[in-house]
Amino acid sequence: MTALNFVGLLLARIAMGPDPDDGSFWMPPQVSTVARSVDWLFNFILAISVFFFILIVVVMVVFVIKYRRREGQQAQSSPSHNTALEITWTVIPVIIVIVIFFFGFKGYLDMATPPANAYEILVEGQKWKWSFNYPNGYVDENLHVPVDRPVRLVMSSADVIHSLYVPAFRIKQDVVPGRYTKVWFEATEPGEYDLFCAEYCGTSHSDMLAHVIVHPPGEFEIWLEKASNFLETMTPVDAGRKLFQVRGCQQCHSMDGSAKTGPTMLGVFGRTENMADGGTITVDENYIRESILEPNARVVAGFEPVMPTYQGRLKDAEIMAIIEYLKAPAGASQEE
Amino acid sequence: MTDATTVLTGDGQPAGPGQRDSYLNHGKGVLSWLFTLDHKRIGIMYLAVILASFFLGGVFAMFIRTELLTPGQTIMTADTYNKMFTLHGAVMIFLFIIPGIPATLGNFVLPLMLGAKDVALPRLNLASFWLWLIGASVAVASIIIGAVDTGWTFYTPYSTTTGTAVVAMTLGAFILGFSSIFTGLNFIVTIHKMRPEGMTWFRMPLFLWGIYSTAIIQVLATPVLGITLLLLIAERTLGVGIFDPALGGDPVLYQHFFWFYSHPAVYIMILPAMAIMSEVISVFSGKHIFGYRFIAWSSIAIALLSFLVWGHHMFTSGQSSLTNMIFSALTFSVAIPSAVKVFNWLATMYKGSIRLAAPMLYALSFLFLFAIGGLTGLFLGSLSTDIHLHDTYFVVAHFHYVMFGGTVIAFLAGIHYWWPKIFGRMYSERWAQVSALLIFVGFNLTFFTQFVMGSHGMPRRYYNYLERFTAYHQASTVGSFILMIGFLIMAGYLLHSLVRGERAPANPWGGATLEWETASPPPYFNFEHEMQAGDPYDLDALSWDPSIKGYVRRDPSSVLAAPRGAD
Amino acid sequence: MTENAHLETDGLAVDHHFENADQQYQSAKLGMWVFLATEILFFGGLFVAYSVYRLNHPEVFIFGHHFLDKSLGALNTVILICSSLTAAWAVRAAQLKQIRMLKGMLLLTMLFAFGFLGVKAVEYNSKWKHGLLWAREYHPHVDHEEASEILITKEDFETGAVEGVVEDVTALQKVGDGVLAETETVLIEEAPAAAPAAEANRSTIAPAAEGPPGLATQGTEESSEKVIEVEPANAQTFFSIYFLMTGLHGIHVLGGIGAFMWLYLSARRGYFSTGHFTRVDMVALYWHVVDLIWIYLFLLLYLIE
Repeated sequence: MTALNFVGLLLARIAMGPDPDDGSFWMPPQVSTVARSVDWLFNFILAISVFFFILIVVVMVVFVIKYRRREGQQAQSSPSHNTALEITWTVIPVIIVIVIFFFGFKGYLDMATPPANAYEILVEGQKWKWSFNYPNGYVDENLHVPVDRPVRLVMSSADVIHSLYVPAFRIKQDVVPGRYTKVWFEATEPGEYDLFCAEYCGTSHSDMLAHVIVHPPGEFEIWLEKASNFLETMTPVDAGRKLFQVRGCQQCHSMDGSAKTGPTMLGVFGRTENMADGGTITVDENYIRESILEPNARVVAGFEPVMPTYQGRLKDAEIMAIIEYLKAPAGASQEE
Repeated sequence: MTDATTVLTGDGQPAGPGQRDSYLNHGKGVLSWLFTLDHKRIGIMYLAVILASFFLGGVFAMFIRTELLTPGQTIMTADTYNKMFTLHGAVMIFLFIIPGIPATLGNFVLPLMLGAKDVALPRLNLASFWLWLIGASVAVASIIIGAVDTGWTFYTPYSTTTGTAVVAMTLGAFILGFSSIFTGLNFIVTIHKMRPEGMTWFRMPLFLWGIYSTAIIQVLATPVLGITLLLLIAERTLGVGIFDPALGGDPVLYQHFFWFYSHPAVYIMILPAMAIMSEVISVFSGKHIFGYRFIAWSSIAIALLSFLVWGHHMFTSGQSSLTNMIFSALTFSVAIPSAVKVFNWLATMYKGSIRLAAPMLYALSFLFLFAIGGLTGLFLGSLSTDIHLHDTYFVVAHFHYVMFGGTVIAFLAGIHYWWPKIFGRMYSERWAQVSALLIFVGFNLTFFTQFVMGSHGMPRRYYNYLERFTAYHQASTVGSFILMIGFLIMAGYLLHSLVRGERAPANPWGGATLEWETASPPPYFNFEHEMQAGDPYDLDALSWDPSIKGYVRRDPSSVLAAPRGAD
Repeated sequence: MTENAHLETDGLAVDHHFENADQQYQSAKLGMWVFLATEILFFGGLFVAYSVYRLNHPEVFIFGHHFLDKSLGALNTVILICSSLTAAWAVRAAQLKQIRMLKGMLLLTMLFAFGFLGVKAVEYNSKWKHGLLWAREYHPHVDHEEASEILITKEDFETGAVEGVVEDVTALQKVGDGVLAETETVLIEEAPAAAPAAEANRSTIAPAAEGPPGLATQGTEESSEKVIEVEPANAQTFFSIYFLMTGLHGIHVLGGIGAFMWLYLSARRGYFSTGHFTRVDMVALYWHVVDLIWIYLFLLLYLIE
């Protein structure tokens, strides 16, 4: 069939097209311990599917050609049912799906059962940002993990349902508000991989991305120590910028003058704002601090009191750094 | 009532079309349509509004595909895009594909196949149509008052917190649900109570088995959607907290409720399509259907099993491993009846006399596409692979192969098959073939690429995407334009046939079911005689009559019931 | 109009598309049963929600049901059972073409239905007054004046005035919310400041399995007369479900009243003099189901334990 050829050509074209994630035609690279078995099952089902698909199409095409209508010729007679044949083609698929089910379930159990010694990282999803909370209290916007060591993510959501998805690891787990969900993996290759939000969560759902950085042996601990000390190693303004990005502030407060869910932070320091309750206020250190700890006490007119409190989530030094960042001239805040 | 039928000749052969009384010219004016109790007119009105919904949903789809031509913004903002895919889904699912085949072809053909004058409850049938209109208006009104950006699944707590017009859309879907319930209820009663003499359960045309199985699901599953949407509305307007974690509720419970309906709903969509396939393949192969009982029972099996598999939409939601295992196992069980049907259809073609007319072209397309759609379901039913593929474009592609490649293609087969009966006109066979080919090619280009990008990890409902997915997205968009051209051509030749089409004979294809025993288009009361039914697939009882370019029954009296005293 | 063409068969008018009156009656009957099946499934969703929350948080339901008035509930049950009887009687009257009796029974059924709604209104009103509403509007408060029984306060617990009631320290903290219940009458310490606190509490407490378990049973050992409970987390869930279930049922009662009114008007027009009783039969069937659902609601919401 010409249509078949066309599809074949098209597939070939796509296969030759840009595919820089180094995977196979169907799958991204295998970077976790479970990826191999998932891909094996995928290919197994693919083989069965291709076999049955070709069988169906070939039989169909052969019948269409061989038994096409000819002038003045009736259909030949053949039985209108054959119980043995029909039972056969009922039972064969039953056996096949039982086998597929078995392998799928076996693979899934491995994915669902974390080893006891797994390294634990707390994950919080919020519109539209991931934050990864390491055992020492350090929070980062990307997921850094050591290679060849089981890692367990304990995840919660601050607002709606999200879903943490790392294609290279073949793992995916919904992140649900009001409860903890867990997922584990063991990365096998150092490198940088994509992490997506797979459950639709609103405007910037498709930008709720993060990187998974798999560190070579020994380097993860070094990275963590260095990153955790950013308050000491960076200037307050830089540390504040980092916090502003990492802790979700920029999801609602722009740095370019446009209003998002909250007012813009561009040139906010010293600005006089009209309050929702009618008064006015000049933004200073105290108001910023109050707005972080008790965000809905005094809200700028025109905005909803929807900001969550950061009480207990930011240390004093961190709040100071954010204030310094907001005080810094616009040029400093636009430098990326 | 006799005045409606006296114009026909008396020997079971319908008179030539001419000025004959038919349901189309029986009664004039808009009101004679809007308040008709005639199942045929209600079917036609459904056909008109449902095709309009399909067009609307298609427009949304074209906007989506155009936007995805490039990463980032192409023609619209992220918020607009989110509304587009929600509206595409909601319109296509609730307005178009769920009522699609049962309310249009089912309404028109079912009583005719039964040799009946109407469905059992004609007033309820009209009420169902009006409910559809009201529900659709409310749903469309939601577009005007700000649209919805939740996705057609309305997952909580996103749907309870977003600022868009969720209440209007869900209220519309709620009302549409009742329209669907009443249609299903009507068909159940009609099939139970109005079968003609000689039509035992296992001598029913398979179309009726399919519609009957569908009706069971419509009646048993839709109320649960009703209460779910009602709870969602109560959640938004009153704050009852059943699904809201902030008020002690459970957002995942919503997913259970939703899929308890919406998975069976997938079979509401596909069972009538399979029902059409059984008719078309048999008639165009010139063969008795192969394995009647297996096909009939497989429809019932699908209807019942469909209630037990909803949890496979929630493998990544955090439900227990045991739950996942049970749902995975049950999911595979529902694959078997579909496979059986496909094999039986193929066997029907064996030693046949196959005509590649438009309905058969669509039927062959269906086999090709549904095979892909069904087989890719295996990847998703299996637990470990589904974890990777869930919520990616792989699922989008699978769904479209089943729903579009399956249901819509079969719907087109059915429209082309019954078009001469419905409107009494033939369409251009040549143009029909062109459009069938374009749709087939365009469809595969649009959706096959989505399998590949999906398994590479492209999540669905993404406005923006990584650079490396661009090639797939562009191929998909090109395909969607080919698809659109195919549909525009179809709209052209079908509209043309309404005005200029050649007059259709009573039985242009040689079908042996009762609807072909009456004139095209049928008279107001459907049949001039009480009918009795024989084997619905005994195609040898018909022969070609070149003088009327149609088939005639060798023994016309074989389908006429003995006259009754009361009549 | 031909649509309404009737044939006289077996002495009854039959719609054109039916062969005889029996086929018409059987069709209507089957249609009604199928419709009632959808009604059961419609309520089924709420019953499932009820079961899920009750299984996960039994203490919420045991706590909440003390706020419902069992005697009013029982009264309503009796009213509905009587109305079912009169509805059945109406069917019999229609079959026998006793039009006066039919009209009487229809009126009586409507009267009972209104009586049911009246009692329901009294109950709703008292919930409204005490702020015992669904989740978002749940701000419980009971006036001191109305408290005719012992008032138990935080101090009573701390000074040991109430014996053998609370042994768990965490329970004492919950008392700070100022909401306590006693067997039939509910006594609540007015604590305006506590309400927002309780609300803030709710918004951060995760729903599933994290509520303090077993609080409900702690007070029961001393005396069966004075069961004292401490408000469990998420008590508002009970009232959400209560209002959803009884509210939906109430809407069905209203629908029933409308249907009986329609029958009554038809009866006055003489429709039933012809011997048609299908409509009465169908409405009565519906009414029995509404009655049946109420009996389940009464058992599941009022008579817990």
